[in-house]
Amino acid sequence: MSDSEPEFEEQPPEKLPLDAWHRAQGARMVPFAGYEMPIQYNGEHGGIVAEHNWTRTSASLFDVSHMGQLAISGENAAHELEKLVPGAIANLGEGKMRYTLLLTEGGGIIDDLIVTHAGERLALVVNGACKWDDIAHLREHLPDAITLTHYEDFALLALQGPKAAEVLESLIPGVDELSFMTAAAFTWDGIDLWISRAGYTGEDGFEIALPEGDAERLANALVADERVQPAGLGARDSLRLEAGLPLYGHDLSLETDPVSAGLAFAVSKARRETGGYFGYQTCMERLAEGGCAQMRVGLSLEGRLPAREGAEVFAAAAKVGTLTSGGFSPTLGHPVAMAYIDTAHTAPGTTLEVEVRGKRLPATVTTLPFVPHKYHRKGA
Amino acid sequence: MARYFTEEHEWIEVDGEAATIGITDYAQEQLGDVVFVEVPQTGTALEKGAEAAVVESVKAASDVYAPISGEVLEGNGALEADPELVNSSPEDEGWFFKMTVADKSELEGLMDAAAYKAFCDGL
Repeated sequence: MSDSEPEFEEQPPEKLPLDAWHRAQGARMVPFAGYEMPIQYNGEHGGIVAEHNWTRTSASLFDVSHMGQLAISGENAAHELEKLVPGAIANLGEGKMRYTLLLTEGGGIIDDLIVTHAGERLALVVNGACKWDDIAHLREHLPDAITLTHYEDFALLALQGPKAAEVLESLIPGVDELSFMTAAAFTWDGIDLWISRAGYTGEDGFEIALPEGDAERLANALVADERVQPAGLGARDSLRLEAGLPLYGHDLSLETDPVSAGLAFAVSKARRETGGYFGYQTCMERLAEGGCAQMRVGLSLEGRLPAREGAEVFAAAAKVGTLTSGGFSPTLGHPVAMAYIDTAHTAPGTTLEVEVRGKRLPATVTTLPFVPHKYHRKGA
Repeated sequence: MARYFTEEHEWIEVDGEAATIGITDYAQEQLGDVVFVEVPQTGTALEKGAEAAVVESVKAASDVYAPISGEVLEGNGALEADPELVNSSPEDEGWFFKMTVADKSELEGLMDAAAYKAFCDGL
């Protein structure tokens, strides 16, 4: 028996601040994004499906400290960042967050990220595997007067699930007043925390940035609550797939653009008039009627055989696309996937076929997300 | 009856001229939640080391190889409806397929339970 898709890393992976804590919790560690990361935990509540289901019904603690925590500051920092992303940053109110994309001049996606107006600075959370390239890109294209800070000695913990708010509120009063995509500073047990109501599971939840030396204390306090279990990368991947959220390096890449990727919402309406950012021309061409040769869509498969990244998609004899993510959906009980499909075949309900080991599996184009989001939106 | 193990974490139980093949408890633990198993068709001729079955976990697809040469006698039909048997009973009800033993000398290079345990402890 052997994995048919082995992963290997060129550099020996680094350790997360909570490395020892994960191992003590029974984690199985695997190399990912240059770090040894917990893929799943042993024990009664462990395993990808159990951790997945726990996140959908209670609350799970994810360590996402591999992600890059950056900040930019200085005069006109927001306007300068706007030259590199299609999102509106300058009009973000204090404490508000926006999902956006770093684009090349040709409109290719360098990374997806969250930008937060954090008072004196703009906080950026970027993908772990991309962070060094992102830093180089930002440093190259931002004026020297803009300060770029990399919070290398900060941990990032995500508490996700329908009980996340009641758990965190019991520990840190006031956090439940945050609504989806807002953030603020809090203190707990003498520790300064920066807490965002966000995440990448489709559930309500929080991301908590704090000095790495304090992370274990908070992690222990969180899992001491019987509503919380630790969850690994495996569940994080199946959760984000069900939530229809793209993963950089799989569903997004330099070869994809925001519109083909189904992220036109991240191309600011106001900035479509004014432009002035990398990739603007490409975004406008793709937004035009018939501008995308392919689009990212969801596919639902029958049966139990998962189709994985790289599997080819057919309409009768014609190849019409390729899977960029795929797996078994624990919530729905059948396989789901994301794929780039020729635009003529992307209407929801279209029946296609995915080829897995020479077999053609029926697949139906499905509106994303597969599992509805349960974000805590303002006024909800 | 004698049970042998491979470095690919398969077990093979030989009963006279027939052998039953599955994956070990260590293997299912590494794979995690199994969601689909594809077993070989009855009558398939397998060379030692050939891809014989595929097991899909939530995480990834893995090949299961024929530990010896022979002909497939039967695939475990129960795995189609209940693939999680591979997790709950890997070395019993979660067997993959039965095959003939074409060449008994091929068994000589395989590990017994004690040798396999030592092999896993060294990983």
